[in-house]
Amino acid sequence: MAELIIPALLETIYMVFFSTVFSLVLGFPLGVLLVITEKNGIWEKKQLNRILNGIINVLRSFPFIILMILLFPLSRLIVGKTIGTTAAIVPLAIAAAPFVARVIESSLKEIDKGVIESSLAMGCTVSQIIFKVLIPESLPSLILGITTTIINLIGYSAMAGAIGGGGLGDVAIRYGLYRFQTDVMVIAVAVIIVLVQGIQFIGNILSNNINRK
Amino acid sequence: MIRIENLSKSFFDENNTVKALKNINLQINKGEIFGIIGLSGAGKSTLIRCLNRLEEPTEGSIYIQGEDITKFDKNRLRDLRKDIGMIFQHFNLFSQKTVYKNIAFPLELEGLPRDQIEKRVDTLLEYVELKDKKYSYPSQLSGGQKQRIAIARALANNPKILLSDEGTSALDPKTTKSILELLRSTRDRFGITIVLITHQMEVIKDICDRVAIMEDGEIIEVNTVEELFKHPKTKTAYEFISRVKSDITEEIIEPNSFKGTVIRLGYSGENAKMPVVSRMIKEFDIEANILSGDINRLLKTSVGHLILELQGKDEEIQKAIKFLIDNNVKVEVM
Repeated sequence: MAELIIPALLETIYMVFFSTVFSLVLGFPLGVLLVITEKNGIWEKKQLNRILNGIINVLRSFPFIILMILLFPLSRLIVGKTIGTTAAIVPLAIAAAPFVARVIESSLKEIDKGVIESSLAMGCTVSQIIFKVLIPESLPSLILGITTTIINLIGYSAMAGAIGGGGLGDVAIRYGLYRFQTDVMVIAVAVIIVLVQGIQFIGNILSNNINRK
Repeated sequence: MIRIENLSKSFFDENNTVKALKNINLQINKGEIFGIIGLSGAGKSTLIRCLNRLEEPTEGSIYIQGEDITKFDKNRLRDLRKDIGMIFQHFNLFSQKTVYKNIAFPLELEGLPRDQIEKRVDTLLEYVELKDKKYSYPSQLSGGQKQRIAIARALANNPKILLSDEGTSALDPKTTKSILELLRSTRDRFGITIVLITHQMEVIKDICDRVAIMEDGEIIEVNTVEELFKHPKTKTAYEFISRVKSDITEEIIEPNSFKGTVIRLGYSGENAKMPVVSRMIKEFDIEANILSGDINRLLKTSVGHLILELQGKDEEIQKAIKFLIDNNVKVEVM
């Protein structure tokens, strides 16, 4: 049992870690752009804002499995293959990016407009406001948002397992569902639950500890 | 110092235009504490925001030290803003930064070396009397302390102008006094020009040299504070001062400077209409000198007060006071 679960757990962690990193790389700037380009934002660009919103909504409408299949060619292009944990990272990161953008957007929007106004009154540039005000002031909320993203990606990665991505989801389906080894399925699911609980717990503690509000 | 010429500001919605400022002309002198008072929606908040272009004027010019700031490009505007401090009703401190980091913020934007920043912040903290709060976070401070920190932050770059957007409106009366005191001493010490907007006449009365009254996007009266209280030119001005005037007359009357007994009569409702005072004068052997009086109509009844100086024999005065009390007049010997 252990020789089945432990490598699968490591695969899941590997997939989730890298897809989180890449989805943040893609989604974080998008989230910031959404906030600064909106009406009365610090870099108001209504047209760009409308386009970004459109793209994000379309991407978020796709069922994840379909998006993953559509993105197989991209996986081949980037990592050279369409099957396996590394290959799964590409669609995972892209699927999660629009979600990340929305999470970041809502965190940044929590900041009091007055604080941004007073930063402008002190002569801040747009980039100074982003890096010295928006991000530091919303950090506790951003950490919670990133925690939600990781947990979402654990769920997605289980689905990726179903189409050859490996990991705990793969084990649960292959052994538990197809071979009727219910115990394997139960344990795989239990490990996922523990993982999710642990990450949420750490996220909450981190967020609370740095929050000074 | 600041000269506003034909300034207008309109907000455009999909289908209607709101004229927030209509042809404003105003001159504010160097070292002056200039108040702008008006009810909410009068446009005072838009006006003060035009001074550092947090709001872009639609028309007109604003000259600060001779230069039309409405023509400034982005870079010059940023330099200008560093020369104009601003404080707000809700303080707008950075909640995730310490008091030290909050005050250091504008200095860090300037790229000053660390030791210079530290020195400057310490001086400012000493000035606002909150040295012991250096490493506290804003959530650990009271409202008054937060505004003191905000003032320190606004002064960090040695600005020539300080704008206060309802800076005391969220504070209780006692804290308001202490913040106003700090603003006044800031002007006295650094020769800074202060422009403040408020809806509280007490603020104008306490620290302003001159005042502009705004209504519906227009300045309807500009006056020195003293003249405003003596001879308000507009009805709105009169209404604003009448809210605080009764307190002021009582402050002016110093009972000890009169020979006789100074009493304050408070009346309300029906007895306000009865000639109680004239009957008292007829009935008792005393002289009554009216020092001040005031009646306000509230919905259906009248409330008011009258301050009298009574001269005569002590026992006659005591009888007269008793007579007033018997006639349901509230009497207070001052």
